[in-house]
Amino acid sequence: MSSRLRKYRNALMLGIFTLCTLLALIPLFGVLGYVVKNGISALNLEFFTSLPQPMGVAGGGMANAIVGTLILIAIAGVLGIPTGILAAIYLTEYDRVSWLSTLVRFTTDVLTGIPSIIIGIVVYTTLVMKTGNFSAFAGGVALAIIMVPLVIRSTEEMLKLVPQTIREAGYALGIPRWRTILRIVLPTAAKGILTGAMLAVARAAGETAPLLFTALGNQYWAHSLNEPIAALPLQIYQYATSPYKDWHRQAWAGSLVLIFLVIILSFVARLAFRNRKNF
Amino acid sequence: MKQNRASAGDTILRLLTFLMAVGVVGLIIWVGWEMFSSAKESINAFGWSFVTNRVWDPVKQNFGALPFIYGTIVTSLIALVVAGPIGLGVAIFLNEMAPGKVRSLISFLVELLAAIPSVVYGLWGIFVLAPLLRDYVEPWLEKWFGFLPLFQGSAVGLGMLSGGLILAIMILPTIAAISREVMAAVPDSQREAALALGATKWEMVRVAVLAYAKSGILGGVMLGLGRALGETMAVTMVIGNRPDILPSLFAPAYSMAAVIANEFTEATYNLYLSSLVEIGLILFGITLVLNAFARLLVWSVARGPKGGHLV
Amino acid sequence: MINKKGKVLTGVIAGALVLALVGCGTTTPGAPKTPANEAAQAVTLTGAGSTFMQPLLTQQIADYSKQHPNITVNYQGVGSGAGIKQVSDNLINFGGTDAFMTDDQLAAAKGGKILQIPMTLGAEAISYNIPNAPNELKIAPTTLADIYLGKITNWNDSRIAADNPGVTLPNLKITVAHRSDGSGTTSIFTHFLSAISPEWDSKVGKGTSVNWPVGIGAKGNASVAGIVQQTPGTIGYVELAYALQNNLPHALIKNKDGKWVAPSLDSASAAAAAFQVPDDMRVNIVNAPGATAYPIAGFSWALIYQQQSDKAKGTALVNFLNWAIHDGQKLAPSMQYAPLPSNLVSREEAMLKSVTYQGQPLLK
Repeated sequence: MSSRLRKYRNALMLGIFTLCTLLALIPLFGVLGYVVKNGISALNLEFFTSLPQPMGVAGGGMANAIVGTLILIAIAGVLGIPTGILAAIYLTEYDRVSWLSTLVRFTTDVLTGIPSIIIGIVVYTTLVMKTGNFSAFAGGVALAIIMVPLVIRSTEEMLKLVPQTIREAGYALGIPRWRTILRIVLPTAAKGILTGAMLAVARAAGETAPLLFTALGNQYWAHSLNEPIAALPLQIYQYATSPYKDWHRQAWAGSLVLIFLVIILSFVARLAFRNRKNF
Repeated sequence: MKQNRASAGDTILRLLTFLMAVGVVGLIIWVGWEMFSSAKESINAFGWSFVTNRVWDPVKQNFGALPFIYGTIVTSLIALVVAGPIGLGVAIFLNEMAPGKVRSLISFLVELLAAIPSVVYGLWGIFVLAPLLRDYVEPWLEKWFGFLPLFQGSAVGLGMLSGGLILAIMILPTIAAISREVMAAVPDSQREAALALGATKWEMVRVAVLAYAKSGILGGVMLGLGRALGETMAVTMVIGNRPDILPSLFAPAYSMAAVIANEFTEATYNLYLSSLVEIGLILFGITLVLNAFARLLVWSVARGPKGGHLV
Repeated sequence: MINKKGKVLTGVIAGALVLALVGCGTTTPGAPKTPANEAAQAVTLTGAGSTFMQPLLTQQIADYSKQHPNITVNYQGVGSGAGIKQVSDNLINFGGTDAFMTDDQLAAAKGGKILQIPMTLGAEAISYNIPNAPNELKIAPTTLADIYLGKITNWNDSRIAADNPGVTLPNLKITVAHRSDGSGTTSIFTHFLSAISPEWDSKVGKGTSVNWPVGIGAKGNASVAGIVQQTPGTIGYVELAYALQNNLPHALIKNKDGKWVAPSLDSASAAAAAFQVPDDMRVNIVNAPGATAYPIAGFSWALIYQQQSDKAKGTALVNFLNWAIHDGQKLAPSMQYAPLPSNLVSREEAMLKSVTYQGQPLLK
């Protein structure tokens, strides 16, 4: 093979890879561009402060859906984040290498790949059917289940980064192991852990499928966690598939708000992570 | 006294964390069991013919999952064919070619692609992608490739092609991120050895990086496939929701996740509900096996994924 | 090494831990009941089901809640099939359906006897999207059946042209749109097709979900209207309000007496007038006789349990429904729903009065 041919081939392949990258960015700007363009023109104060109008009536907003999504991710966070962190503590502090921890790690990874609608089915057949109503709580539980494996994985990575010497210093001072873990190891890795948790929350915020059979949706404010509750993704789904122009407009606006929320959560998390200079 | 408190605290924390960790394993077993027990009625009624039956007829109480399996597989394959090579190209560009700043900017943008919620892709699919396919792409394909059954039929914009393309966009970040991760795990000595032998950059990538990371890359592609199989909302919004097996990619179809999203809360009798759960169970089984296998492949190259938040 | 921020963050994590543990104990579902102030307490009712009546019902709810701010009615249009299913499982306070419940379905209901209260009466528009085509294209019932059977596939078909002299339809493939969810609108439509086409009756049949020979599925009346609006060449069946609110052209249909009739509140009322409504209110009014009757029309029912298990909710429910069948009907004509016939309303009121909580009637 001549060296010229090899050089051409090299240039060609490198060109293809660059092209691939540019190609991959087209849909990003395509989607974001449309969402921003259609969303901004539809955003106004009413969108943030009003409840949805009756079907086919123009105007109204998504105030309840925005708050609903915040409530849902709060429930999911309160349930899912501590669970995930505790499980991760077990994997790093108590049982790093055994068949059990390998199994748990493996299951965690596999769990991240289970379709979220399956979680919706299971929460429906258990929680919703047992309690006898659709509820914000059921929706939050479904989202929490989706968050748990994400939290475990990221927390585990962060705890692994904590130098062993720090733990040993704790023991040397006569501090019991559990206090060492809670008071020394966790604080050291806290920023990284929160970053991972925020990313998990961001992921849960955009989920629609598991909410269909659990949170159901609500065109008004929910008065308790035992009632069906509105959520941004549900509302966008309903509005997007409707024939009403005004609802289409609001679906774009809702998407903009949702993406903004997700990006804020991940972006803030990432910034905090980047500045981590604890160790 | 103090000693006791210390050991009590240790026992409690150890037990608590142990329970949570084992709970994760319990969770997946519980999910499988719960689905299985709800699907039992349908399993007993139809047996194996459930997966080969192409009729979905709630009036005559005759249920088969084949159309949904077909729609799921075809859309996922379209996604894989489109996103697989592009994702790999992105990974090579990022890991082997891009200078530091470009690299972090583009990785950020690709991660952004992964952060966009499914329902937003669906919205975009209905109002941007589907009209584009209907008015330009599908007529063009029919004109030039219409002799293939794949590209015949009326151009509606809602169907397997739009479903597959939306999925391609959604799984691209997964494939790119994981491929890049396993490439990063390839020791530099491999690259240096290739370069020292006078290899061009592409030859170095081919011989040293791809050959070394191939099973991990395959794992990444499979994880992308797993995500495509289970993706619900965006697909439901553009696939056309029709339980049928048609050769044309323009034709409407149905996916397993989509039929559950549409019909689950309203299955008016037990066998109907049970059949839907059985579709969920099949989906669960497929994604479980696929993910397990893919993780083993990725682990074989880069032990324990580091950037696990993406997937 | 361990900075202050880290400690604060740990505090946050620890706090969340505690919250979660406590939360497991207290957030266990089971509505907090305070029987003391039942009268003025805020009540939320959850309903779900039919999208056929959703435009009217959501308007009624909005008006009602202005007069009764302590009562919230959440209605989710998830399809009649879901309405029936979820009321049967006792997951919601009332269901909405335009396909009345069958004896088997009634027997499967977990909470006892279900009352089916007609809430409105509507016509189903056959709407279409053909560039440059006029409104009120004439479509014969058998032609419609053959379109939905996949035997007529192009808008320039001679059988469509024969009924529309003077109109030139383009060479455009027909895209059939139908519902993907369990739907009363589908039930009305397939009852009609079964009534006029033996082939449809034997091949496909009737019900809230059927095995469609051709077409694209969409969830809810709104989505079908959305597809018709978005996609040239499409035909779809939607409740009239959806066609009117979105300016979708819709067809004239030939009725049983051989007359071409447009969907409207009058033609729906005429269809209803041709039938005796039985005591259990279960009646199909498709393919009604009479010169002015529109053949694809139907009632929409609210589904409630005769024995209510929660006094406050039960009281609010029967009062709201009673308002909806009386004053609430005033909203119907402006949205092209037919007001319920007055003799029917008094019979429905009697049904609502039979709703009890622990033996006590709730509607005074």
